[in-house]
Amino acid sequence: MGFLSIDNVTKSYGATEVLHRVDIDVEEGEFLVLVGPSGCGKSTLLNMIAGLEGITSGTIAINEKPMNGVHPSKRNIAMVFQSYALYPNMTVAQNITFGLEMHGTPKPERDEALAKVAELLQITPLLSRKPGQLSGGQRQRVAMGRALVRNPDVFLFDEPLSNLDAKLRVDMRTEIKKLHQRLGTTIVYVTHDQIEAMTLSTRIAVMNGGYVQQLGTPKEIYDNPANIFVASFMGSPSMNLIPAKLRVNGADAAVEIADSKGAPITLPVPADASNLAGRNGEEVLLGIRPEALTDPEGADRNANTVVQLSNVIDVTEPAGSDTFVTTTMGGCDVIGRMRADAEARPGELSELAMNMDKAVLFDPKTEDRIG
Amino acid sequence: MSIASSENAVSTNRVARTFVYLVLLLFALFYLLPLFIMLVNSVKPLSEITGGNMIAMPEVWTLDPWRAAWSSAQIGVEPTGLRPYFINSIIMAVPAVVLSTIFGALNGYVLTKWQFRGHNIVFGLLLFSCFIPFQIVLIPMAQSLGVLGLAGSTPGLILVHFVYGIGFTTLYFRNYYAAFPTELVRAAQIDGAGFFRIFWRILLPSSGPIIAVSFIWQFTNIWNDFLFGASFADADSQPMTVALNNLVSSSTGVKEYNVHFAGAIMAALPTLLVYIVAGRYFVRGLMAGSVKG
Ligand SMILES: Nc1ncnc2c1ncn2[C@@H]1O[C@H](COP(=O)(O)OP(=O)(O)OP(=O)(O)O)[C@@H](O)[C@H]1O
Ligand SMILES: [Mg+2]
Repeated sequence: MGFLSIDNVTKSYGATEVLHRVDIDVEEGEFLVLVGPSGCGKSTLLNMIAGLEGITSGTIAINEKPMNGVHPSKRNIAMVFQSYALYPNMTVAQNITFGLEMHGTPKPERDEALAKVAELLQITPLLSRKPGQLSGGQRQRVAMGRALVRNPDVFLFDEPLSNLDAKLRVDMRTEIKKLHQRLGTTIVYVTHDQIEAMTLSTRIAVMNGGYVQQLGTPKEIYDNPANIFVASFMGSPSMNLIPAKLRVNGADAAVEIADSKGAPITLPVPADASNLAGRNGEEVLLGIRPEALTDPEGADRNANTVVQLSNVIDVTEPAGSDTFVTTTMGGCDVIGRMRADAEARPGELSELAMNMDKAVLFDPKTEDRIG
Repeated sequence: MSIASSENAVSTNRVARTFVYLVLLLFALFYLLPLFIMLVNSVKPLSEITGGNMIAMPEVWTLDPWRAAWSSAQIGVEPTGLRPYFINSIIMAVPAVVLSTIFGALNGYVLTKWQFRGHNIVFGLLLFSCFIPFQIVLIPMAQSLGVLGLAGSTPGLILVHFVYGIGFTTLYFRNYYAAFPTELVRAAQIDGAGFFRIFWRILLPSSGPIIAVSFIWQFTNIWNDFLFGASFADADSQPMTVALNNLVSSSTGVKEYNVHFAGAIMAALPTLLVYIVAGRYFVRGLMAGSVKG
């Protein structure tokens, strides 16, 4: 059992179940990110951990203690809300120490804790201001200060950066990560931004429609997505999914796709083919990340199976550090990621290298990973 | 856009605006006319009024009518002036306003932030109470007051106005608190604040405008109420409105119009005062409730 254990938890509003049998164990000091599209139940799960929503069935335990029915203030958790939820009538200092005051901490201790947190977050000059007199980033810090000051077992963040502009979001992201590395507190963090999820987390739970689709480290989620949803949700631009025909011959497997002219190309699949036996001739989806489809010079030198092919480039999009190219395979638009100075012109043939080590296969009917 | 046309637009605008202001001024004067007549006639000797010209300024200025209305005019059978009844009204209105505001605020708080099964039905019923005409409840209310032993007393009137006001104050506070971020309440819960602490420390400090609305509305209604005062009060607990009526209708012999005018102004002053002091918030509070809620 982990430090925070979510065991077989469901949530229903009336007759509709919005969370289905969620099982997540979080070790002490982990940074778990719940990520998924809007309405998938991330906030609901977080609020259940916080005790703001009841648990329909299952158990949530923190530090071996079951938390079902325990009041939010008795769970030793702290939460940072999307809107920051700073008390508008109190100063920054009062906002930060309100929780301590409610828990009966004497004034001198409160002041000491306040000073420490204010220094950590560099908000000491703001302490006597009201929240209305702060910028978005400053409010964000105060909200974190309010959470930090109580020294909780678990931090809960509900989309804390979504109200900030792009630049500030990146800065605050780094700060949250630094803070986690410095303090080592367990964090559960909700976002619908997959980049935030990848950069911050030690583990990610990808959710959709009230189900946890996959739980794993960022690398596992990125390289070995469990199904089409995870594959296309994580990564930007998202993974290419190319209709292909599976060819299995003993222990060797290959897929056949159509190139930009409609001519068939056969691509070897290096992954273990034993669980593909019996699927010979079936339609599958070949999943390939944009960075695994690049110009030959840019291809990964350590990769075992790199296939070169030439295809007509439809569109090029220079992005400074890389150039994204769009081409057609299997009748679909496919995005590749080339070096910035790679030779590729729209409407012309170009040499492409596909790293089949990174290729994954999905069953289009069940949407699950098959190879 | 050419300069000429924009100047044109500005000048037609000016004409239109002058016209609008003129009309507004006219309306304002029209509305102020009765007040003017009351004021000038309350500082004239009676002979000038009975002598003919009500609209003229006084030839002899005197505060005697005001003194008489306040402390010596005949009200019903006693020559007490309006003073005791003014005090009755204060003793009745202040607690009733405060109580109905407090309960309205608590109701609004529960109906928006601690929702329970059927909260909408409860709110609907409370809202319905705003539309029940006073006359319908007179007899059952009289019976209830009798049973409670509060008939013919100021506490009885306080109860009636307090209960009658809850519907309105709940409506105001519910709409205001509906726009109040629920995340703040959740944050306070996690911080360890309980039901009343959240209300007192988080919601109330941000409720200034709507408290002003509730105060003004309730005070105006309760102060100006005649029906409940006339029905449920006895001679010792009659409010100002009933006394004013007695002053005007019961004088034996000569009708002292100047005293009546002074008394009427006295009866209107407190609501005017409340509006002048808190009126700014009234508009703001109504807007906040209607726009966000
Ligand atoms: N009080 C409620 N009654 C009924 N359904 C609800 C209630 N609260 C939430 N839901 C439903 O539960 C589901 C999950 O909601 P939740 O707020 O957890 O989504 P989310 O993943 O946080 O989305 P977002 O990214 O938009 O914040 C949604 O489909 C929502 O409609
Ligand atoms: Mg949410």
